[in-house]
Amino acid sequence: MQNLTERLGTLVRFLRGLLLSFLAELKEAPSKMLPQVIAILLAFLVGAVVLAVTGYSPLDAYGALLVGAFGDTYGIGQTLTQATPIIFTALAFLFAYKCGLFNIGAEGQFLFGAFTAALVGISFAWMPFFIHVPLALIAGAVGGALWGFIPAVLKARLGAHEVITTMMLSYVALYVTGYMVNYPFKEPGSWVARTIFIWPSAELPRILPPTQLSASIFVALLLAGLTYYILQRTTIGYEIRAIGLNPDAAEAGGISVGKGIVLALVISGAMAGLGGAGEVLGVHRRFIEGFSPGYGWDGLAVALVGGLNPTGILLASVLFGALRSGGMTMTRTTDVPLDIATLLQALVILFVAAPKLVEYLRKRGGFKR
Amino acid sequence: MRSITKKFADVVANDKIDFTVEKGEIHGLLGENGAGKTVLMNILYGLYRVDEGKILIDGIEADIDGPNAAIKLGIGMVHQHFMVVPSLTVAENIVLGNEPTRSKFLLDTKKIMQSVKEFCDRYKLEVDLKAPIHVLPVGVQQRVEILKALYRGANVLILDEPTSVLTPQEAQELFKAIRALRGQGKTVIFISHKLNEVIAVCDRITVLRKGKVVGTVKASETNVNELATMMVGREVSFTFQKTQPATRKTVLRVEDLKAFDDRNLPALKGVSFEVHAYEILGVAGVEGNGQTELVETLTGLRKAAAGKIWLLDIDVTRAPPHERIQHGASCVPEDRHRRGLIMEFSVMENIILGSHDRPPFAKDSVRLDINEASNYAEKLIQEYSIKTPSKDEQARHLSGGTQQRVVLAREFSRNPRLIIACQPTRGLDVGATEYVRSKLVDMRNNGCAVLLISADLDEIWGLSDRIAVIYEGRIVAVKDPEKTSESELGLLMAGAEPD
Repeated sequence: MQNLTERLGTLVRFLRGLLLSFLAELKEAPSKMLPQVIAILLAFLVGAVVLAVTGYSPLDAYGALLVGAFGDTYGIGQTLTQATPIIFTALAFLFAYKCGLFNIGAEGQFLFGAFTAALVGISFAWMPFFIHVPLALIAGAVGGALWGFIPAVLKARLGAHEVITTMMLSYVALYVTGYMVNYPFKEPGSWVARTIFIWPSAELPRILPPTQLSASIFVALLLAGLTYYILQRTTIGYEIRAIGLNPDAAEAGGISVGKGIVLALVISGAMAGLGGAGEVLGVHRRFIEGFSPGYGWDGLAVALVGGLNPTGILLASVLFGALRSGGMTMTRTTDVPLDIATLLQALVILFVAAPKLVEYLRKRGGFKR
Repeated sequence: MRSITKKFADVVANDKIDFTVEKGEIHGLLGENGAGKTVLMNILYGLYRVDEGKILIDGIEADIDGPNAAIKLGIGMVHQHFMVVPSLTVAENIVLGNEPTRSKFLLDTKKIMQSVKEFCDRYKLEVDLKAPIHVLPVGVQQRVEILKALYRGANVLILDEPTSVLTPQEAQELFKAIRALRGQGKTVIFISHKLNEVIAVCDRITVLRKGKVVGTVKASETNVNELATMMVGREVSFTFQKTQPATRKTVLRVEDLKAFDDRNLPALKGVSFEVHAYEILGVAGVEGNGQTELVETLTGLRKAAAGKIWLLDIDVTRAPPHERIQHGASCVPEDRHRRGLIMEFSVMENIILGSHDRPPFAKDSVRLDINEASNYAEKLIQEYSIKTPSKDEQARHLSGGTQQRVVLAREFSRNPRLIIACQPTRGLDVGATEYVRSKLVDMRNNGCAVLLISADLDEIWGLSDRIAVIYEGRIVAVKDPEKTSESELGLLMAGAEPD
């Protein structure tokens, strides 16, 4: 009898411990993401005020947005389709950021990767898909990496600031690829600046027809995991983080800062380029001039809204994808303009960035109390 | 001061402290960093308000609600960091805040010079009154600070760690000045954690530990060991056992090394020396005479403009830092926040820095073996008694002494052949200092060559097998500690010609 009570007591203690640790976990997770959640709620609140003041019903607008983004399989598919390229560019921003670099040129790396992937896609008709698809993806990564390598060398060798060079190279990429599809690689007879379709053997399969969602999203998920792995579990990632936190101590510890910077920007560029390849191989099946509505720039914002970690980036990408796809539905079904979706994005970014700004200002004024 | 208590949040900085200073005495206030010395004096000077307790001056209870009140009561304080205006002249600095004026807005420059001159003569403190402060050596700037306090009518003068920035000669000058002030009937409170100088200059000494008074002793009736024990709370040893091996292989050889500083001015002007196994070569010198550049050139962080560096007969003059680490060079950098540690990294991540790219931590030179790193970190945390909640704690949350232990653990445990230690005990309390020094001697006794660069002569003196003196980018002398004296070294450090 006493034996039984003893055992019951142990069991109860065990269960209580389990419950407590679960509760602690539950408590921990939101507190980490809490600033982001508050920022998002605030953004929607301010957006509602704007809607109300301009004579729209916030409830109707948000309802249409939500239904459009998550209401049915089609909506979810389109939301994820929009989220996919942003995952790539946000991870690209994150990776360089961990090395203390502001790669704001993901757009250029994204476009250049898309173009090189398209080149491989329209060549090699004879290839089986299991070679052609990976080859085209690799081509995209290499194209993006190349576009990251240039500012990396400029930084490591000459000290040119990467914010300037990556941004300017984005425009170079925009116009170079634009030229390519307007002249040498233009689809014959078309009046649109675009290449011919890639061979079917290079296509990434669509996974949720009739939406445009393609297998590229699996690559994105894989890359999110890989990003975490590289940063936390490899020597390269260790060196990159060390440089990002304290380049002087990293150097004293035998780490080559120049090499780390080049590697970080090259890998970051490859990530963005892979995203571009995914769009070409999975969604458009060709390179079309101006096909990116600014996925590269969104990546920067999403990385910040996602709290600069891979998991947060996945969630924030879905939010931004939802704003894009739901926004279109909202415009179609109500008379609310699409700009409201853009406004909401801007507000989210603003409210995420604002606390950091306040913290920065407080630190600077911290001498007086 | 009676039963003074001061709390910051939950930390009791001063716990019911009774502290009495007689008129006309030099009273030493001794304690480790964080013992509460500066807090107590800041209370006396009105910078902090007391939580409990009272202050009596000449037997009358005083309410000191700010430095102005303190100055009115005749209390003056010279801080560790000087509060002078660099571009003004000495005389202008001294009268600052009490300028004699002709009409309301015009300064009476003649009167300033005259009154300051009389004043300096009275206290026999000599300074060039017309010189702008920024051209003067630190010791003279400090004298200006003292004069400034006296000019405002200070009868009680508080000096906060006054010798921490001075050469031994300048310190001697200061002591002379302090004694002269006592002769004029002034009272001096001398804050320090250096045992020797407190005994040398003070009449009585009060020792603080962890916010409490341990005791007050007469300087003539005590000694360094007693004070150290009072200060730390246990016996402290300042002498180290050294083994004497038969042969000493040359580990580091430097020949005619030249390098520039960050402003592109020559900082090392042809330095040559050797360090052997089983030897500590101490490099004495006032800071800013090329020590920083020497360390950076030796570790590969700064380009050598000319000359050669051999590490175990390998020419490493152009080798990058990681190659030198692999050849067995370890370094305890002078600035552990900038060069020594990555503050946002965990203890474990800091401990593998520099070895992270080699087995056992790197598998096939790409994957980081976290298990291996964890075990290694746990082992070193034990071995070096690193006070941390866990190996995953960020380095910035640790105390200064503990951070230095992390650096030592990392640098000493990868079997170095050469250790370059630059100001290794700066900012550390007595306990931590003793630990660092004993570890350096241990490494020497195990066959390491140690290059110890320090501005602390006691440290150089206590540890070195040979002493080199660096002055303006040159090694001006290499001495046998048995055959030299502290004053000789001090003169060499100050630029005197060696005989």
